[in-house]
Amino acid sequence: MELIDEGTGELVGWQHPDDFREWNKTERSRAPKDKRMTATEAVEEFVDDGDVIANGGFGQVRISTPIIHEIIRQGVDDLTLYAKTGEFDTDLLMAANVISEAEVAYLGLETRGLSAVARRRIEGGELDVLAEGSNAALQWRLLAGKMGVPFMPTRVMNGTDTFEHSSAKVVEDPWTGDPITLVPSINPDTAFIHVPRADKYGNAVIDGIIVEDHQLSGAAENVIITAEEIVPSKEICQDPSSTDIPFFHVDAVVEAPYGSHPVEMSYQYYFDEEHLAEYIEATENEEDLQAYVDKYIRETEDFEEYLELIGGEEKLAELEAIETYEQDPEYPWCSD
Amino acid sequence: MSTETEADYNSVELLTTVAAKALDDESTVLVGTGMPQLAGMLAKETHAPDLTLIYEAGGIGADAPALPVTVGDERTIHEGIKAASMHDVMSYMQAGFVDYGFIGGAQIDKYGNLNSTVIGDWENPTVRLPGSGGANDIGSLAHETMIVMRQDERKFVEELDFRTTPGYLDGPGTREEHGLPRDSGPTNVITQFGVYGFDEETKEMTLEQLHPGVEESEVNENSGFEIHIGDYERSPEPTEEELRLLREELDPQGIIR
Repeated sequence: MELIDEGTGELVGWQHPDDFREWNKTERSRAPKDKRMTATEAVEEFVDDGDVIANGGFGQVRISTPIIHEIIRQGVDDLTLYAKTGEFDTDLLMAANVISEAEVAYLGLETRGLSAVARRRIEGGELDVLAEGSNAALQWRLLAGKMGVPFMPTRVMNGTDTFEHSSAKVVEDPWTGDPITLVPSINPDTAFIHVPRADKYGNAVIDGIIVEDHQLSGAAENVIITAEEIVPSKEICQDPSSTDIPFFHVDAVVEAPYGSHPVEMSYQYYFDEEHLAEYIEATENEEDLQAYVDKYIRETEDFEEYLELIGGEEKLAELEAIETYEQDPEYPWCSD
Repeated sequence: MSTETEADYNSVELLTTVAAKALDDESTVLVGTGMPQLAGMLAKETHAPDLTLIYEAGGIGADAPALPVTVGDERTIHEGIKAASMHDVMSYMQAGFVDYGFIGGAQIDKYGNLNSTVIGDWENPTVRLPGSGGANDIGSLAHETMIVMRQDERKFVEELDFRTTPGYLDGPGTREEHGLPRDSGPTNVITQFGVYGFDEETKEMTLEQLHPGVEESEVNENSGFEIHIGDYERSPEPTEEELRLLREELDPQGIIR
């Protein structure tokens, strides 16, 4: 295949597919092993300084807040963020300065606006953007990683600066003769994915949109599952067509009710708009931002203490009522 | 809007109705949060009941009694057809099942290329914007890309600071030279002044509709490049029924403004 063009972005998290196969053969257990542990233990065991990390869910939906908090509490440092859809999840990590490099498809807050934190960190040179990409490109990098192939052909990005600053290459497709973009596979060091239900072995079920979690769970070298509820395996096996992530892709299972707070968990609880407004206001300057991180993360013992701090059972019941349409939400950020 | 009409609607309402009218029945549209999803929902309530709304994170064909605030929450799948994945949605689009895709940007050029990555130099940006997100994918793969953005001289520029998303790249034939799908590309740019299309021969931006009360001269007074003006129409004003649907049924809280 003739090489037509190649992006100048740094190649993040790529390895030879044989090395990933070997990792999966030697380091991933097939035993029916009870993988339950605390968020503290999971981060101690599976997140190291300098790792390439990737978040499951969709930035403001089904995120793994307990793991994000614990990474910050433990002072893990110098992480490389695979920012496929980086929103409230990655914002916290950037706020606490644990990320020093990123491959970026998206860093923002959608309807809620630009990320003041991403702007300050990147414009100030504290966070180095290694490569750009599109949502599909970053997702297909994960698909290639999951499939055990070195790249995935796609028809996105060519002709743009997004391509020029990516780690993709353009070659002549041997069948059509047309240019085709190849995105390299990626195997992040660790992924953390929040789900409604999992058993103690890591078999996990997602309700609602999957986003990239089928690809991400298969591509990562280590996968931490946080679950609203740990259920008996029998319950999972009675409906195997609903299993989204099989146990052999999973290394740790952490029970974490309300683990996606302050963002949404489909069918269970809604965005905590009050808390999000407080956070977004705090992002406006560094002093308030660090005060937020101290109060809610660094100075809390664990996620349970955080949940008490944000309003406890009463607040969580209200978020459940809004999610299930029993109560109307209020949006402080959209008032005049 | 710099107009002297006494219309009892705001510019978001006008743009929403204009965008809704551009969507055919029995088609698929990939929408983001904000005005595009409202346009899609309005189209379904009016002339296009069999329009299918798709969200990039996986939501397909939702019928929710409330507006989503992200493209991934429950309101994007409520009583819907499928809670799919981004891989599914991007594959549907790459294989030609997505008719329209809505995107915006911080800058646009005459060929409809968009910047949503940086203002200034990429290495040392003055402003870091979110990046492509799904924009490059939509601009590359949807049959018709619909661009919605505010227009002024700083946004409608001769040269982009960064080409995040492909329009017609460097002119006629260049999308094809880069392997982008045949007969794809931007078809409409909707701003507070009017609706633009792209000339079939030159692929340059051309006025198609001028909004009610807007002067023709405002189009180029507010652009850093020349927008071609030939024959054009006036955009229809929102009807009472459209305004009622927007205000009372689709967005009673006024989330999108």
